[in-house]
Amino acid sequence: MEKKAVRVAYGEALVKLGEKNDKVVVLDADLAAATMTNAFKKAYPDRFYDCGIAEANMVDMAAGMSTMGLIPFCSTFAVFAGRNYDQIRNGVCYPKFNVKFGFSHAGITLGEDGGSHQAIEDLALMRVLPGMTVFVPSDANECYQCVDAAAKIDGPVYIRTARLASPVYDPRPFTVGKGTVIKDGKDCVIFTCGIMLEHTLEAVDLLSQQGIDAALVSFHTLKPFDEELAREYTAKCKKVFTVEEHSIIGGLGDTVASAVIGHGVEKFMKIGINDVFGQSGKPADLLIEYGLTGTQIADKIKNNL
Amino acid sequence: MELQALKQKARAVRRDIITMTAKAGAGHPGGSLSCTDALVALYFEVMNVNPENEKDPNRDRFVLSKGHAAPALYGTLCERGYFGPEEFDKFRQLHGILQGHPDIKKCPGVDASTGSLGQGISIAVGMALGAKHTGNPCHVYTVIGDGESQEGLVWEASMAAAHYKLDNLTVILDHNGMQIDGTNDEVMSLGDIKAKALAFGYDVIEVEDGNDMQQVLDALKAPACPGKPRYILLNTLKGKGVSFMEGQVGWHGKAPNAEQAAQALKELEG
Ligand SMILES: Cc1ncc(C[n+]2csc(CCOP(=O)(O)OP(=O)(O)O)c2C)c(N)n1
Ligand SMILES: [Mg+2]
Repeated sequence: MEKKAVRVAYGEALVKLGEKNDKVVVLDADLAAATMTNAFKKAYPDRFYDCGIAEANMVDMAAGMSTMGLIPFCSTFAVFAGRNYDQIRNGVCYPKFNVKFGFSHAGITLGEDGGSHQAIEDLALMRVLPGMTVFVPSDANECYQCVDAAAKIDGPVYIRTARLASPVYDPRPFTVGKGTVIKDGKDCVIFTCGIMLEHTLEAVDLLSQQGIDAALVSFHTLKPFDEELAREYTAKCKKVFTVEEHSIIGGLGDTVASAVIGHGVEKFMKIGINDVFGQSGKPADLLIEYGLTGTQIADKIKNNL
Repeated sequence: MELQALKQKARAVRRDIITMTAKAGAGHPGGSLSCTDALVALYFEVMNVNPENEKDPNRDRFVLSKGHAAPALYGTLCERGYFGPEEFDKFRQLHGILQGHPDIKKCPGVDASTGSLGQGISIAVGMALGAKHTGNPCHVYTVIGDGESQEGLVWEASMAAAHYKLDNLTVILDHNGMQIDGTNDEVMSLGDIKAKALAFGYDVIEVEDGNDMQQVLDALKAPACPGKPRYILLNTLKGKGVSFMEGQVGWHGKAPNAEQAAQALKELEG
């Protein structure tokens, strides 16, 4: 199966968007080669602004630029969402400015750079901001859709992307705020987001080999959240598991929990980073260390049914 | 330590940098090689530290504000006896003490967890202020990058250092002229960085060749200026010591392959 890092798709999507819309400008903070905005820089050098290693200034400059009718896309590592959080909150979200954030290298699969660089909290930070749309594309094709949708939304949008190359699935219909049923099932439901789709798909396969028919639902939009779909599958399957490459505090798991509470939940388990920081290592080793491989996910589900 | 011996140590640390980044297949050789001479001078000649008593409350402190240069710090700490070279094999690997960026919880001899640029200098200012407050006689040293100096936090910290008259603080700028996406001037010009440091209230010493051990030592050993924090501007070469890395932006965050590592180690013999 073709593999491509979601961040690479982000760079490509920006170039396509830039072709269609000359109001799109891109800002980066000395990480264009990593966030992949260098593709846009090459295509439209006069619409690319390097801000230097100054993430806070980048965000408020973007806020100012948006008041001139431009659509700024800011990029840096997801871990620096904490670095410029006040600027995102008060500079962009509070006045509801039209600024987009394409933050890459999220989660532990960032790998060797280690815990200081592995964002496990960005979804929690973004989800709590009024008016913010939060996207977590699961593959390259969904990332193209998220970037296109972001440009059409009048207001702040956060797009979380991953460093690691991951499978590219056939394009699926896309509506902002709607979850996607990847597989129907009756014994339990797995809710996931981002590149954990690959590992939950593997888990679903392993479970079915053991006679467990699990439904799988993926959410490219964490906010606004598709509460209806989450409730429908909770009512149907009763046993709910959430899988994310993020802290189990404040991310997908808690989003699902607040949606489905009181809707027939018999069992609820969050699978993710258990309130600890990450560390250096190869992405494959880290997935094992933090219990996020297909086999480990399947085992956790089986043992908790 | 004799000048020749210090130079030899610097070559050893440079070999360590190549060895560990090559083995890990990841890491930041360019900015590690540019600050190696300063780190060796600090740990072998200038700072009051002792690996036998590494938690001595009165020891001098060192903060690698440009935390991605961790290989230079790890090489120096190893040569100084804080841990053995076998740790290099686990650099950037799962459960290793040598994390991608220095981790105070995991690596002996590390005084601050860094990696988020701009924060280290601010932590160093806090250490110097805390030392004054508690009557601790230690001196605090920090190495910052020129790209890093684009962070507003660097200047907020500098303002506080001058305001609190922190003459127990030495900020060392590794001025190699480069960052990730290009030269400083291509990405975000620093302007007259020396004039800026002076304007922020530092006592500034500029070192013409920040990779010349004698010049680095002279600056680090210059008597403190009472009531003022010190700023040592080291003009350095990114990738110093490895011909094909010198002055190359591309070697910021890329590891040498086996063949390149062999050539680099050969150049760094002795
Ligand atoms: C706050 C923050 N933003 C971005 C990065 C990513 N990053 C790591 S090194 C680097 C370039 C640093 O340039 P410089 O300070 O000049 O370091 P040197 O040339 O000495 O290696 C960047 C942007 C980071 N580590 N921290
Ligand atoms: Mg530099």
